[in-house]
Parts: sequence; C-alpha cells; structure tokens
Amino acid sequence: MNANLTGYTGDPRIRLTEWLPWIVAAAAFFLLPEYLALGVRILIFILFALSLDLILGYAGIITLGHSAFFGLGAYVAGCLSAKAGVSDPFVQLAAAAGAAGLLGVLTGAVILRTRALTLLMLTMAITSILLEIANKWTSMTGGADGLSGVTVAPILGAFKFDLFGRVAFIYCLAALFVAWLLVRRLIYSPFGAMLTGMRENTMRMHAVGAPVYMRLIAVYTISAVMAGVAGALLTQTNQFVGLNVLGFELAGELLVMLILGGVGRIYGAFVGPVVYLVVQDYLAKQFPEYWYFGIGFILVLVVIFAPGGILGLLDKIRLGGRSS
Amino acid sequence: MILYVISVGLSVTMGLMGFINLAHGVFAMAGGYVFATSLGRLGLPFPVALVAAFLFTALLSIALERLLYSRLYSAGELAQVLFTIGLIFMSVAVARALYGTLAPPVFLPDYLRGQVHVLGRDFPTYRVFIIVFSFLIILGLWFGVERTRWGAMVRAAVDHRAMAQSVGINTRLLFTLTFALGSGLAGLGGGLGADIIAVQPSYPSEHLVFFLIVVALGGLGSLRGPFIAALLLGIADTACKYWVPELGAFLIYAATIGVLLWRPMGLFGTRV
Amino acid sequence: MTPVLETQKLCKSFGALTVAQNIDFRLYAGDRHALIGPNGAGKTTFVNMLMGALAPSSGRIHLGGEDVTRVRQAQRVKRGLGRTFQINALFKQLPVLDNVALGIAERRGEAPHMWRPASSHREVIQEAQELLSTLGLGDDARIPVKDLPYGKQRLVEIAIALGLSPKVLLLDEPAAGVPSMESERILKVLDRLPPEIAILIIEHDMDLVFRFARRITVLVQGEVLTEGAPGEIAHDRRVHQVYLGEQHHA
Repeated sequence: MNANLTGYTGDPRIRLTEWLPWIVAAAAFFLLPEYLALGVRILIFILFALSLDLILGYAGIITLGHSAFFGLGAYVAGCLSAKAGVSDPFVQLAAAAGAAGLLGVLTGAVILRTRALTLLMLTMAITSILLEIANKWTSMTGGADGLSGVTVAPILGAFKFDLFGRVAFIYCLAALFVAWLLVRRLIYSPFGAMLTGMRENTMRMHAVGAPVYMRLIAVYTISAVMAGVAGALLTQTNQFVGLNVLGFELAGELLVMLILGGVGRIYGAFVGPVVYLVVQDYLAKQFPEYWYFGIGFILVLVVIFAPGGILGLLDKIRLGGRSS
Repeated sequence: MILYVISVGLSVTMGLMGFINLAHGVFAMAGGYVFATSLGRLGLPFPVALVAAFLFTALLSIALERLLYSRLYSAGELAQVLFTIGLIFMSVAVARALYGTLAPPVFLPDYLRGQVHVLGRDFPTYRVFIIVFSFLIILGLWFGVERTRWGAMVRAAVDHRAMAQSVGINTRLLFTLTFALGSGLAGLGGGLGADIIAVQPSYPSEHLVFFLIVVALGGLGSLRGPFIAALLLGIADTACKYWVPELGAFLIYAATIGVLLWRPMGLFGTRV
Repeated sequence: MTPVLETQKLCKSFGALTVAQNIDFRLYAGDRHALIGPNGAGKTTFVNMLMGALAPSSGRIHLGGEDVTRVRQAQRVKRGLGRTFQINALFKQLPVLDNVALGIAERRGEAPHMWRPASSHREVIQEAQELLSTLGLGDDARIPVKDLPYGKQRLVEIAIALGLSPKVLLLDEPAAGVPSMESERILKVLDRLPPEIAILIIEHDMDLVFRFARRITVLVQGEVLTEGAPGEIAHDRRVHQVYLGEQHHA
C-alpha cells in the first residue's frame, strides 16, 4: 500500500501513470471494436470493484454483502423502466444510487456496530434477504426468470445503445471516470487519511477522538451508492436483470477480482477485473468445468503466496524484493 | 437439527480456533456425498455409511489443514475469508465434475423409514432419530470440551498459543485434531441430513448463511449456544412456513438481525 | 478549586473478579501525579475507565467538572482528555507527521473533509511539524513510524496525545521497553510538558516516578492503598511491604 502518496505528506497531483487506464480504454475502443461488449462488462466491474475497495481496502471492513447494493441498483433501474416506464438513463441511475445509498445507511448503521464474523454474516444475511424478495416478488422482479423489457432512452436525447456496444462503452467509461475522480479526491482528503488510520489502528482512532462509527457509515454509504450505480449500468447495458446479481457467486467473483488486482490501492480495482474477465472470456468458453476450479485455486494461491495481488507483486519486483 | 450438527462443527473450529472457515459447508457436502455413495452405490449398511462420512471428511480436513489452513492461522480475517471462498469454488467445481448437478438419491434403511408414535402424535422416524442422535452428539461434545483434558488444552491453546506451547501442549497436533473433529462432524451432519437437505454442488454456498447465522446467533466459543439457536431457528422456520409461506426464510434473517442488535455477541457468546 | 479529573467510588468487576474497588481520585490543573502499584494492581484498567474505553461497574467520573461516566471515548477526547498506550498504538505504516496530523485534524474539525487533499491543509501540517520539532522529531516527519527506533516511537506516542491539546494527559508507562540510552530523551520531554496540563503517569520505573511526580497514588489489587507526596510514600512501610522484592530505588 503506497501510504506515502496519500495523507498529509502526500502529493495529490495526478501522476502520468495514472492516465494509463484511460489511454488503454480509449485504445481498446478504437482498436478492438468486436470486444466492446466485454469492455462494457469490464468497466462496470471496475466500478463495482472500486466501491468494494473503498470499504474493504481502505476502511478495512470485510464484507460479502456488496452484491446487495449492486443487485438493488440493478433491480431498481430495471423495475423503474420495465414496470414504471421511466426510461431516462440518468433518472434510472439516480434512483439506483438513491436506493442503494439508503440501504447503505440503514444497514450500515445496524451492522457497523459489530465486527468480523458477525458483520460478515450480517452482510450475507442482508443479501440473502434481498435475494429472497427478488425471488418471491415475481410480479415486480420477474422472479427466477429475470426482468426483461428494460428500455433505456437515448442518452442526452441523442445516443441510443447500439448493437456493437459503442455507446454503452462510452457511457460506462464516462461513469467510471467520474467515479474515479471522486474516489481519488476522497482518498487524498483528510477523510481518506482518517480511513487509513481506522484501518491501521482503530483503537488509536478512538483515542484521538474520531467518531469511528459515524465515519464508517459515511464511507459505507458512499461505497453502496457506487455499487448501486454499477448495478444499474449493468441492467441498462444488458437491458435485462436476473437473480444472479444478488448471488454468492458474483460476490465471490468480485472479491477474487479485487484481490487479484490488489486491495487498498485504487488501481487494483482496475487491474483485477481486466485480468479476470479477459481470462474468463477466453478460458471459460473452452473449459467451463475447470474455470471455477481454477478461480478457486488462484485465489488460494494468491492468499497464501501473494497477498498484495498483482500490483503487490509488481511492487515487490520494482523495489527489488523489499516488502512494500 | 441436522444443521446444528453441521454448525456445531463450525462453532468448534471458529470459536475454539479463531479461524473463519467459510468452507465448512464443503465438508458437510463431502460427507453427504460419501454417505450417499456408500449407501447407494456401495451398498454399505447405514451406520457404516455414517462412519465413512465422518472418517472421510475428518481425513480430508486433516490433509487440508496440514497443507493449507495452518499457513493462515495468524494471517488475519480477510485472508482466511478469501482462502475459504477459494476452497468453496474449487470444491464446487470438483463436486460438479464428479457428481453432476443433481443430488444423489439416499436410500434409508427400512428401520428408519415410516412413522413413530411419540406422545400421542406421529412423527417421521428419521427425524426423531436425527434429533436423538444430535442430542447425543451434543452431550458427547459438551463432556469432551468441558470435562476432559483435551477440552481444557484446546481452550488454553486458543487463549494463548505461545503460553500453551511453553507448558508442553502440542498446539499443532491439537489444532489439527480439533479441526478434524469439527469438520468430521460437518461431514456426519451432511450425511445424516442428506435425505432432508439435498446434497448438491451448490450446498456450501447455499447454506453458508445459515451456518454462520447459527454460529453467530448462538455465540462463538459456546456449544450450547448454536444448539439452542438451531433449535429456535428450526422451530421458527417451520412455524413460518406453516403460517406465512410467502415470506419464506425472510423472517429468519430479519429475526437474526434483530437478535444480534440486542446481543452482538450472540445468545451465549463468550467472545465476538 | 475544582479538579479537572475526578472519580468517585469507581468500581469494576468482571464476574467474580474485582479489578477496581471504590477508587476515589482527584487530579488538578498542572498536577504531576503518578500512579504506582505492583503488576495486576489494576492501573491500566483504571486508565481505560477514565478514557471511556471500558465502562465501570459503578461509580462516577468527572471531567472538567462534568459527569462523563456515560460519555463515549471520542467525546471525552474532545473535552480535553488524552492518553498514551503502554504498548504503542501507532499507525505504523504511516509517516510520523501523519500520525500526529490525524489527531490534530480531528481536534480542528478538519478530519471529515472529503474534497481538498490532506496535503493542502496547511495549518494542520504546520502544527504537526512544530509539535514534532519540540519533541526532537522534526527531521523524522516523513519517515514511516515502523522504521524508527523504539524510543522515538514512544515519543510519537506522546506527540499524538499532545496534538489533541489535552487538558488532562494520561501517560501509560511512557518509558516502558525503552533502552536506557533513549529514555533520557523521553524524560526530558516529560519535564518540558506544558505546565498547565494535568498529568497522570503510570510507571514502574521508580527513578522516573520520584523525579517527575509531585504526588503519588499507590494502587494495590484495585484499591487505593495510600496517596501522598513522594517523600511520604518513600517512607511508608506499607508501600515497602507491597513492593517487597520489586523495589528499584527509594
């Protein structure tokens, strides 16, 4: 974790290397037009992973329940469109963000009083509740069949989603860019320094007068909003939402993506999903039975041998073996 | 009740050893598969099949513990969570490859089928059997943990490993055996419950929440706790399904959240 | 004169185990007060209760004249109570400056700000830098705490507490574990602490206690054995008995 770059002694200016992801994205747009659908999925998951990194990597809260916000955002956007006929994309996003944020505040207030196992279990329980609701409330959510008939009006009145995913890609890229700027601001701010403090030594934070509980709820809510927006984007670009958005597999996969990239450093959330989804796209089609096994295996390997993820390994190589 | 037997194994490993083992359901599933296969394909008698489930799972857990788990005892919660999730993914894939997605059929012996007349009402024999069996297991465990030297050693080792080592307790062996016991119990539970809770590849992730709920509600570090929690949850679940079937498991989750708000350490917890 | 910190009949039990019994304690502005007692006497438990990290079983705590028995730790800190930990509670991966700045930012209310970068909060940084300089850590500002020698880490511990501009400072064995070469530096820092702050120091090192304290309270098995000036304590036979075999120097 590059603690020297954030905080009070840090340097908040955007470094050249930080523009790399955006250059790559632009290049992909022009050079790989057949893969834009995959690209859209990657962008959405980067946003999702970023939201998880805020809570997991920076605030240090272990949760398996982020799908709750993702799924809620996805369904809110879907239901708003398919059931209430609201097809303006920004209204859908706003509604998803609002719903996820509300859930974040409410559940955060409840579960952030607990820690470790209890907290983990509660996050899963909340997701399970939402899954039950989505499953049973078939009139609204389509139940196990999912909700189709989601329409999204042309963005800004002019750009309709096309078959090749060009508009979707730019749309998601823009959303991710905004999110990135905001998260970056947050990380470099005093609030971000405080998050690091909370993660490093919660006891000390209490002893310097920080209202730890309130701050955790704040970052949890922000993270929930981001996840909700990511979910909505998924619904909008797929024009469909199904029960899998609330499933354990998705939550597990997201965790893998983030760990793969490296936790607690914004760009881990960028690297992880790219590597995971690209490899999945290639391998899962060829060897579906082995894919799941391979993922589990890689996760075990990473945890035992490379806890810092890909970026952590790169750091080690760069610093010549000195622990980062 | 079966879920108690499975969950108590988790309470043992998590509560006594402090290791967040989300892959606990994997051992239950493994036990379930072994049990079903022993009964069905191998044609072994019921008690033998149960023992096979227990032993296989215990041995499997020993292998995993020696090779993998033991590296992570001091690694922090996140690493443990991630690792066990990885295990879940791997085992789900293996189960799917070996057994497909459908649950293997369970052939209960004749003496356990049918109904039994207790206190003026008819109950399915098998369920009564499970309740009695689970009760015996709790007694055995309680006795083992509270009254024997083994139990005292485990508790000492968990409280302060270095201290226990310096007193001559072989903590490594102790942890391995305790883990084997907890996982074996899970396997036993998976086998016992195979008739009622289908053994499928989705088993570990599907029921994970429930195991965790039982342990968290009951309180870590307690044996009584998960039993009472499983009992209450079982009753509540049946009652809900009877009166308000549309709400399903929803109420269980809501109740869990409610109880934990009131008592964050669980009903009988001694440590969070 | 009202005491800045006071406890009345403070008690704490864990089941059958009583770790604090009817502790009456008073601390006035500018005091240099030491709390001594054999191991297990309940000194750190007492500090934890004063801070609000541990709830007492019964009794009252008053800070600045107000009853804070039910007030949370963070609130007490805001009202002027600071502490150091016996075992360093530092942000090890972070630079020294950040360690101190976090507390200063809290005090100034700038900690929840989410927009401007932390490095642009000039006053916080300047105050942190000045504080570090007075403690002799000025050149170490950008070094991660984990790279400092233990003695300097103990100083950072004190620096963080000072950054909160406390009216009352609870020091839990500030020189514990510090090699004797470096403890002199800590002692100098303690000597130069602002005179208006009330300081309660828990210590085993009797040299430090008799050099530093103007009043001493002796705690044994959760109860106050006696309280008085250093000279009285040094000659109190009961104190000698309690410390039989443990005494360094009287």
